[in-house]
Amino acid sequence: MSVILDNLPALLIALPILGAILCPVISRISDNVRNGWVLLISALTSLTCLAVAEKVFAQGALVYTFGISAINQVIPPDSGGIPVRIIFVIDQMNAFMLVIAAIVGFCITVYSISGISRLSGKDGFYTLLMLLTAGVIGMISTGDLFNFFVFLEISSLSGAALVAYRVDKGVAAEAGLKYGALSTLGGLMFLVGIGLLFVQYNSLNIAVLASRIQLTNLDIIAFVLLFTALAMKCGAVPMHFWTPDSYSMAPSGVTAFLVVSSQASLYGLFRICFTLFGAQINPLTIGWVIIVLGVLSMFIGVTMAIPQKDVKRLMAYHAVSQTGYMLLGVGVGLAALSNMNMFESAGMMALTGGIFHIMNHALYKGLLFLTAGVIFFRCGTRNLNQLGGLGHNMKWTMIFFMIGALAIAGIPPFNGFASKLLIYESTFIFNPVLSVIAMVVSILTLASFVKVFHSMFMGPVLPEYSEVKEAPKPMLIAMGILAFLVILFGIFPQQVIDFMVTPAATALVNYPGYIHAVLGGV
Amino acid sequence: MIELFTLSTGYGSWNPVFWVIAFAIALIIGWIIWSRGEKTYDSGREASSPYISGNAEPEKGAVHIRAGNLYWGYTDALSGYYRFIKPFHTGNASDYLLAYLFVTAILLIVVVIFR
Repeated sequence: MSVILDNLPALLIALPILGAILCPVISRISDNVRNGWVLLISALTSLTCLAVAEKVFAQGALVYTFGISAINQVIPPDSGGIPVRIIFVIDQMNAFMLVIAAIVGFCITVYSISGISRLSGKDGFYTLLMLLTAGVIGMISTGDLFNFFVFLEISSLSGAALVAYRVDKGVAAEAGLKYGALSTLGGLMFLVGIGLLFVQYNSLNIAVLASRIQLTNLDIIAFVLLFTALAMKCGAVPMHFWTPDSYSMAPSGVTAFLVVSSQASLYGLFRICFTLFGAQINPLTIGWVIIVLGVLSMFIGVTMAIPQKDVKRLMAYHAVSQTGYMLLGVGVGLAALSNMNMFESAGMMALTGGIFHIMNHALYKGLLFLTAGVIFFRCGTRNLNQLGGLGHNMKWTMIFFMIGALAIAGIPPFNGFASKLLIYESTFIFNPVLSVIAMVVSILTLASFVKVFHSMFMGPVLPEYSEVKEAPKPMLIAMGILAFLVILFGIFPQQVIDFMVTPAATALVNYPGYIHAVLGGV
Repeated sequence: MIELFTLSTGYGSWNPVFWVIAFAIALIIGWIIWSRGEKTYDSGREASSPYISGNAEPEKGAVHIRAGNLYWGYTDALSGYYRFIKPFHTGNASDYLLAYLFVTAILLIVVVIFR
């Protein structure tokens, strides 16, 4: 038992990869056995994520080195003081992201059991889904830039294949191709950035690089390449164009997890800014760059969402808009680091709000995408002009949609309000204009979801949907879990902040602590 | 106990309990009003049919206001903005790459100038 507990970080990726490899073989037995296998692997992976996160929140940063007998022997004696092996570094920020991946990962697996039941090629679907899970968890957990690139590629390729999963729809294949092409280009740029750092500092380890970076001209180019690759992957405007294409065409369970995948890229972006280059970059400059990206994402995302007719495309633009809130909060936190008084008065709270919004967004946007998937599953269309009156026959789906919609619009007492309140108040201290823009975007978000709610659920029962049934139980269970957490986190926001968010924000800012956790006294 | 639910924002606080209580009170008031309504109302008869100045009720599909008809005023008022912003969303992957490279170049200039 102690061997398993000691090696939990390895299980984070070993479990989904094992599940993915064996899935096509197990599928040959029967669909039910395969579904059981997928659920088992997903549950075990999520439990492992939660166990690792709990350990980190209780005991502090966890460093796990692969391929050695003494688990914490990060630096081999014959390596010249450089940690050459694959290592996972999981501090409170990583643990926070693991909790998100655990919750959403399990929910979308349960949901997909019914969600793709009518489609063929399910063994391939689940294999890719578990590979996507492994990629996302790997990105979150690794302490090595090259391994981050590898996991980024795993998540990108499996994500692109899943976007194109409905091969009978040519548009899905096109969306998958776009996602794959852009991700590959971003990955290549990211790899070039890593190469520029490696040739100068002889290491790929984030902690080692962070302790050695001098901000040479090559470092600046490397920073820009790493930054833009991850900003594109998280869907920041004006690099967001792939988001509505991919999110709208992927099966809805996949879309909900693509949101988490984008958030893993967002985590990478923050790690690059706060830890890797934390000691060298001008926080005011980079903070404002992130703020500008955030404001553009918020405003253009929501204004592009309002005229959409395809419900998932509309939600995809809202995902862009909500990413803007996270960028705004964290950008203000970074910019405020240039002035410690400002950081203490507003920066830390903005950072906390931005990070809290990552989790809230994963929950309510995951929920919303799942409700859109139910509508498509039952009605066969995502076109809002063709829908209506579904609230008569799909009461639970309507309630779950309402909860998600109110949360994303920042209506109390749902979780979106808590994180947005932190962002509004702190950014108001930093710059009132930013706060006003954020509030206007929330109003537009509410207006947009009122339109969706009316179009899908209100009005008389339309003849073509008079026989429509409520969602199958697995879908309801998945949506119910997310809806419950949306409400729970809205009613107990301070507990979530105290237990997870503030430690995550503190860990993100504390780059010397990250370096020390890996290198110790070296 | 009440502090358990209070979110401290640094400059103020927010307590969802009060909101939940207000919501519950609103629901109770709504229920009281509803429960004191006309007891003889029979939802299965003509009383439930819409009355449109004596005209025949249109088909259900014709009654429902579709999404395309909502917020026409908003999009029309902002038509200039939409004429500017929509052409960027071409759906062409080459344009996506161009935007990515454009941001990379701009960021490089900004970081070099304000390093």
